[in-house]
Amino acid sequence: MVGRPVSRLEGKLKVTGAARYAAEYDVPDLLYGYVVNSTITKGKITRIDVSAAKALNGVLEVITHENRPDVASVDLKYTDMDAPPGVVFKPLLDAEVKYNGQPLALVIAEDFETARYAATLVIIEYQEEPFETCLDHNLEKARKPEKGLATMLKPPPPPPTGNFEQAFKDSPVKVDSEFRHGTEHHNPIELFATTTVYEGEGKLTIYDKTQGTVNNQLFVANVFGLHYKDVRVLSPFVGGAFGAGLRPQYQLYLCVMASLFLKRNVRVVLERKQMYPFPHRPQSYQRLRFAADANGRLTALNHLAISEASQFEDYVETVAQWSHKLYPAPNTLFEYKLASLDLFTPLDMRAPGGVTALHAIECTMDELAYEASIDPLEFRLRNYAETDPVTGKPFTSKALRECYMRAAKQFGWEKRSPAPGSMTRGNKFVGYGMATGIWDAYQFPSRVEAMITQDGKLVLNNAVTDIGTGTLTVMTQVAADELGMPMENVTFNYGDSKKPFSMFQGGSSMTASTGVGIVVAVKALKKKLLKKAKDIDGSPFKNVSGEDVAFRDGSIFLRRSPSVSVSFQEIVAANGGRPVKTTNMGAPHVLKLRKYAKATHSAAFVEVEVDKELKMITVTRAITAVAAGTIINPKTARSQITGSMVWGISKALHEETILDEKLGKYMNQNLAEYHIPVHADINELDVIFADERDDLINELGVKGVGEIGLVAMPAAVANAVFHATGKRIRELPIHFDKLL
Amino acid sequence: MTTIVLNVNQRRYSLQVLPWVSLLDALRERLKLTGTKKGCDHGQCGACTVLCDGKRILSCLTLAVMKDGSDVTTIEGIASGDDLHPLQQAFIEHDAFQCGYCTPGQICSAVGMLNEGKARTREDVKELMSGNLCRCGANTGIINAIMEVKEGGGLE
Ligand code: FES
Ligand code: FES
Repeated sequence: MVGRPVSRLEGKLKVTGAARYAAEYDVPDLLYGYVVNSTITKGKITRIDVSAAKALNGVLEVITHENRPDVASVDLKYTDMDAPPGVVFKPLLDAEVKYNGQPLALVIAEDFETARYAATLVIIEYQEEPFETCLDHNLEKARKPEKGLATMLKPPPPPPTGNFEQAFKDSPVKVDSEFRHGTEHHNPIELFATTTVYEGEGKLTIYDKTQGTVNNQLFVANVFGLHYKDVRVLSPFVGGAFGAGLRPQYQLYLCVMASLFLKRNVRVVLERKQMYPFPHRPQSYQRLRFAADANGRLTALNHLAISEASQFEDYVETVAQWSHKLYPAPNTLFEYKLASLDLFTPLDMRAPGGVTALHAIECTMDELAYEASIDPLEFRLRNYAETDPVTGKPFTSKALRECYMRAAKQFGWEKRSPAPGSMTRGNKFVGYGMATGIWDAYQFPSRVEAMITQDGKLVLNNAVTDIGTGTLTVMTQVAADELGMPMENVTFNYGDSKKPFSMFQGGSSMTASTGVGIVVAVKALKKKLLKKAKDIDGSPFKNVSGEDVAFRDGSIFLRRSPSVSVSFQEIVAANGGRPVKTTNMGAPHVLKLRKYAKATHSAAFVEVEVDKELKMITVTRAITAVAAGTIINPKTARSQITGSMVWGISKALHEETILDEKLGKYMNQNLAEYHIPVHADINELDVIFADERDDLINELGVKGVGEIGLVAMPAAVANAVFHATGKRIRELPIHFDKLL
Repeated sequence: MTTIVLNVNQRRYSLQVLPWVSLLDALRERLKLTGTKKGCDHGQCGACTVLCDGKRILSCLTLAVMKDGSDVTTIEGIASGDDLHPLQQAFIEHDAFQCGYCTPGQICSAVGMLNEGKARTREDVKELMSGNLCRCGANTGIINAIMEVKEGGGLE
């Protein structure tokens, strides 16, 4: 089944409306919570008056910092698996306001409308304090980030090599440019929501919008002093998250608090605008100085990146060092800094750090290619890294050259005339742009329970979520292959913290993580099945070893004489009808992989049209070639790539959260003013998967496809805009007014 | 409280609602028809699209009391029994969704759009479907699915 374009197994549930998301579980005697958010950015609450709200018919309670139940007092208890160094923000802790929109009260009523109305009756008076929210005005405050556990996955830049300043000075071709990105919000279409079912003394079942069921289970247990076994977090369907679900969000905290307080079932759904005082992609400033010799070989790379942190946590991304993972250069200098602002803590948003960096890097490479009068693609090929430029280690696999060549050919790159503005179509300038992409190939440990049930079918259990990535389908394919069974006889249960451990779903890691867990568990299950088969009276398998048998269609066969077989059903029957099961941990081959560098790669080619008078920009077609190892399901993988290409177009041309630095507040907290592409904005998108075989990376040879389709796109679009207009716009998004 | 009658998916429901209850909340919270989604509650995303007397409307911008006596079709009523509507089938085949949250709205909107009979070209379809956002970026799959049904004339 691996390699087949299987349609999503949950497809029917999704197209008929039967798939249930966090706010959609029918729970008896449900109460509705509605959040009251701060209208100031920084200061203290001097008075909070809930009497009018509480007097309203149907209102049960208003929880504020004054009457909230006790929660853990030790900071560490709030530290979820993805918490950056610092102190986790705690809603309703005290009278202090740290950012605009901070949740200050939760109104709980018998129906949603009453709760929403009562929330308007809560009177809050504040004493305001001055604040800083604009990164650009606080660049001089930038400093080294704090280190902590979460920095393990996001190492700081490596130490400098050679002598950058001298080399930059001496090189004949050089570029020095600055890039600025505003804030972006994940904005999944599903609103963040939690439904908490109060099961009686200290027991909760929680339907939550999350990318990590176990992460949120442990968070709730720690914060509210419950036994982790008494907290069950379910998240079988997630209406998009894109990173926003990597950490527990405030609706979960408040919903659980209300449920424990009132000993009732409670649902809290955030409004769209309440999802802006929320995790987000941070504002960033980047300065890049790249230089090359007369032959177009890079001599010096300097990348300084500064991004926003909150006052309480040092969220970091990997930004500054990406160029040196793509291109060799003898002199390098990379720096990454943070400036603390009075905003909520940022969080990973699709291709965090990578898409920020690669926009700057690949635009600078384009600019440098023009300075050196070399075709941008040729320039990349001259600087192609056969081994990892940082460590000198070989890659487990790297088919980037194939990506460049196949995408360029299909795109028709050779038809490009290099001079900006030299290609036209009617009253439009036409621009061709390209860029390179790179992303890590992560794998986390994952525990999978595999069992054969009485009917001879395979059931798998793991706590992982499927946030729309196709995890259910892909995992079923992997398991079906591993046991030689048709997919319809395989059930994969997921999205439930009660199942064996999975990390949160992020960083393009899950197919490798859960997939390897499945392979390991099913391999162990096969051994167990054979052993049980041997135990059957008169078994023809008594003296055979693992190599002598094959597993096919729910039976074990003797390879030499396939007529000799025993079915899984018979084995389970002989086992007294009890399922044959095993639970195993799949983990990355850390030791072996130490000798290698690992990454996924991509090449994006984009055509834009720019209206000669109105300067409206349209991406008319785009092709992305991806090298990500084995593609288990080309259909769902393709959607991952086209989806992120849309994100790339959005980042380049549409989306941004606009901050009013005088108010310290986001101004476009809704989907009408936070622009994402609509259908009319999206034209032809094509995907090529390079033939990349990777026998080293893991048992499946997979490297992940969640982010790699996004990283190259914004630069490819910006480079195409330059080619069309001759203008280098280094701030995103590029709106037509910047070209006027 | 006002008592109203809604004929949803050919079933008659009589319910008591306050005048400010939206059709969307009435469907989701009162009738437990959660296939209709809430993505913004402000008429900005299209996730709440349903068919009302054959026309596509945004149920979040509609008060339940306004539709007293109307025929409403939600995503739960698009298939006939176990037979999926051609659009539903096409959405699955073209992988026209990832998370699936915008999907019910996209499908109801597409049914309504095709009923309107205004769309001739692919560009028309894209334009007329642009009120339905998809954050997963399944745009090409969605339009491909609709075009297949439109061109196959598979819509009764
Ligand atoms: S929920 Fe109605 S348009 Fe978004
Ligand atoms: S499929 Fe996720 S929003 Fe459209």
